[in-house]
Amino acid sequence: MKKYSLNILLVVFAIGLLFAAHFRIIDSYIQIVFMTIGINIMMSTSLNLVNGNMGEFTCGHAAFMCIGAYISSILSVFCFGSKFGDPLLPAASVLIVFPIIVLIGGAVAAVSSLLVSVPSFKTRDDYLAIISIAVNYMIISAIENMDFIGGSRGFQGMKDTVWAMIDIFDGPWMLFWVINFTIFTVWVIRRFISSTYGKGVNAICQDEVAAEIMSVNTNKIKIINFMVAAGLAGCAGGLYSHIIGYVNPQSFNILKSTEALVMVYLGGMGSLSGAVISAIIFTGLLEVLRSQAIIDGLLSPVTMMFPDWEPSAGVIKWVMIPLLLVIVMQFRPEGIMGNRELGDVFPKLKKFYRFK
Amino acid sequence: MDFIIQNVLNALQWGSFYALIALGYTLVYGVLRLINFAHGDIFMVGAYISFFLAGFLIGPLVGLSPVMAFIVIVPLTMVLTSLVGVTLERVAYRPLRRKGAHRLYVVITALMCGLILEYSNLAVLGASRLKFPELVEKQIWNIGGITLTNLKVMVIVAAILVFLFLQWVVTRTRVGMAMRAISYDKFAIPLMGIPVDNIIVVTFILGSGFAGLAGLLFAMSYPVLEPFMGMLIGWKAFIAAVVGGIGDIKGAFVGGFLLGFIEVGVVSVFPSTYRDLFAFTILLLILWMKPTGLFGMPQSTKI
Repeated sequence: MKKYSLNILLVVFAIGLLFAAHFRIIDSYIQIVFMTIGINIMMSTSLNLVNGNMGEFTCGHAAFMCIGAYISSILSVFCFGSKFGDPLLPAASVLIVFPIIVLIGGAVAAVSSLLVSVPSFKTRDDYLAIISIAVNYMIISAIENMDFIGGSRGFQGMKDTVWAMIDIFDGPWMLFWVINFTIFTVWVIRRFISSTYGKGVNAICQDEVAAEIMSVNTNKIKIINFMVAAGLAGCAGGLYSHIIGYVNPQSFNILKSTEALVMVYLGGMGSLSGAVISAIIFTGLLEVLRSQAIIDGLLSPVTMMFPDWEPSAGVIKWVMIPLLLVIVMQFRPEGIMGNRELGDVFPKLKKFYRFK
Repeated sequence: MDFIIQNVLNALQWGSFYALIALGYTLVYGVLRLINFAHGDIFMVGAYISFFLAGFLIGPLVGLSPVMAFIVIVPLTMVLTSLVGVTLERVAYRPLRRKGAHRLYVVITALMCGLILEYSNLAVLGASRLKFPELVEKQIWNIGGITLTNLKVMVIVAAILVFLFLQWVVTRTRVGMAMRAISYDKFAIPLMGIPVDNIIVVTFILGSGFAGLAGLLFAMSYPVLEPFMGMLIGWKAFIAAVVGGIGDIKGAFVGGFLLGFIEVGVVSVFPSTYRDLFAFTILLLILWMKPTGLFGMPQSTKI
C-alpha cells in the first residue's frame, strides 16, 4: 500500500480534475490556471536539474522552451493544420501523433542545449550564466528573423490540432496532456537523479575536480543533464503553444527565464518537491494578484491618500511578487525547502508514501 | 570612408554607455562576487532622477538657465542615484550576506529588486513616455562630411574619464587596495582590521553613481524615458563586462566598447533586426575561445 499510495493519489486527483473539467464543474479559466501550473512545474523542475542539482547558474531556460514550442507548433500545423497546405496526416491519428510531436519538440530543444553545455566544459558559474543569456537572446533573435514562421509577429494555427482532438472526443484534452506530461517530467527527473548519472550530477555540484578524479565523466554528465533539462523544457513549450494557440518569440524572453529561476530558488536548490511546491505557489500568486479587486483592496489605504492614482493589477502584481520574494529570502535564505525533499522536512510523511 | 568614420563615432557613443554601466557591474562583482542584476534599473532610476531634477531646476520655482542646471544636475544625480544603490545594498543584500546565504540567492534578490524598481516606476508614473528637456544646446559640427555633436563628444569623454578615475581608485588608493583585498580573500580581510561593510558601501556608491551619470547622459542623447529602458541595456552591459573579464576595470571598459562596435557594425551592414543575433553569437564565440573573458584571470580551484 505504501508503495503505491502516491501513485493512487495522483491518479485519483488527475481523474477527478479531468471529470470536473469535462462536466464543466470548473470553468475554462480554472483549467487554464491548472495547465499553467503544470507547465510551470515542468519548467521549474527541469531548471532545478541544472541550477539546483548540478549547481551551475544558467538563466536562459526559456530559450529551450521557445525551441520546443516552435518546433512542435510547426510540426502540428504541418500534420493537422491547413496553413502550409493540406494536412499531412488524417485527423483521426491525432491522439497518437500529438504526444510524439511534443516529444520531438523536446528532442530538438535537447539537441540545441549543446549550445550551452559544450561551452560549459571549460566555463563556470557567471560566465556560463552569460552564455545562457546570450543563447536566449540569440534564439529569440533568430526566430524573429525567420519570416516563414511569422518572425516577430508570432505563429499560430496550432488550435487545429486541438480541435481535431475535440472532434474525436469532446473533452478537456489539453488538460489531459498537461497532467500526463507533468507527471512524466517529475518521474523522469526523479529517476534520473536517483540513477548513476544523477549521482554524478550531484558529485559535480559538490566539487567538479574531485568528481573528475573519482572517475566521473563530467563532460558526458553535463551534456546529458543539460539535454534532459532542455528536453523537458521543450516539452513544456510545446504544450504551452498548444494551450495558447499562439506563440511569439518575445513571450520566451529573459523575463520568462527569470520566472523559472525564481521558482527554482524559491523552492530551494536541488529540491524536487521544493520546485513543485514553489511552482504551484508562484503560479497561484500570479493568478490571485491578477484580480483587480484584490489589488484595490490591498492598496486601499494608499489610494485613499492619493485619489488620483489608479494602480492597475497587472503592474502592481509585478511589484508585489518580487517584494514578497525578497522578504521570503530574508527569512528563509535557502528557499522554502532548502535542499531537502518533502519527506526529509516532515519525516512522519515517510510512513505513508514512497517516491521513486 | 566617411561612412566608416561616422559609424565608428556612433559605435564609440554606444560603447560609452555600455562601458559606463559595465564598470558598475564589474566593480560590485569584483568586490562581492555578486552579479548586481538591479544595476541596469539603477541606470533607469538615474535617468528619471535627472529628469525630475531638470524639470525642477529649469521650472519657474528655481529658474536656472539650462546650462547652469546641467552643471548642478550632474553631481546631484550621481549622489541621489548612489543613494538608491546603497539603499538596495543595505536593505536587500547585506542581511542576506550576514546570514551566509548562497551567492545565487543574493543574485536572485538582485533580479527581484530590479523588477521592483521597474514596475513600481511603471505603477507610479504610468506607461507614458517622458520627454527629457534639452539642457545643453545641441551643436552639430561638420568636419569633412562627418557630423559630430557636442553630446556625442561629451559621452565619449565622460566614459574615458570615468574609466581613468576608477582605474586610479582601484589601483592607487587605500580604498581600492581594500577592494582588491576583499575580492582576494574575504575571510581574512576583516581580521586585518579592514571595515568590509564600509568598503562595500563605497563600491556601491561608485558603481551606482556612475550608472546615474550614464542615465543622465543617455537621457540627454535619446530624450525619451520609459521604465524598461534599463533592462535590455543593463543585460547587455553585463554581457559586455563578462566578455571583458568580469571583476576587471579595464575588461569592462574594453568589453563595453567591443559590444558597441559589434552592434553598430552589424546594423550598418545587415538589417537592424539581426543586431542581437550577430552580437550575441560573436560574444558566445569569444567566451568559447577565452572562457574567462578577455582580461579575466582563471580562478584557481583548490583541491
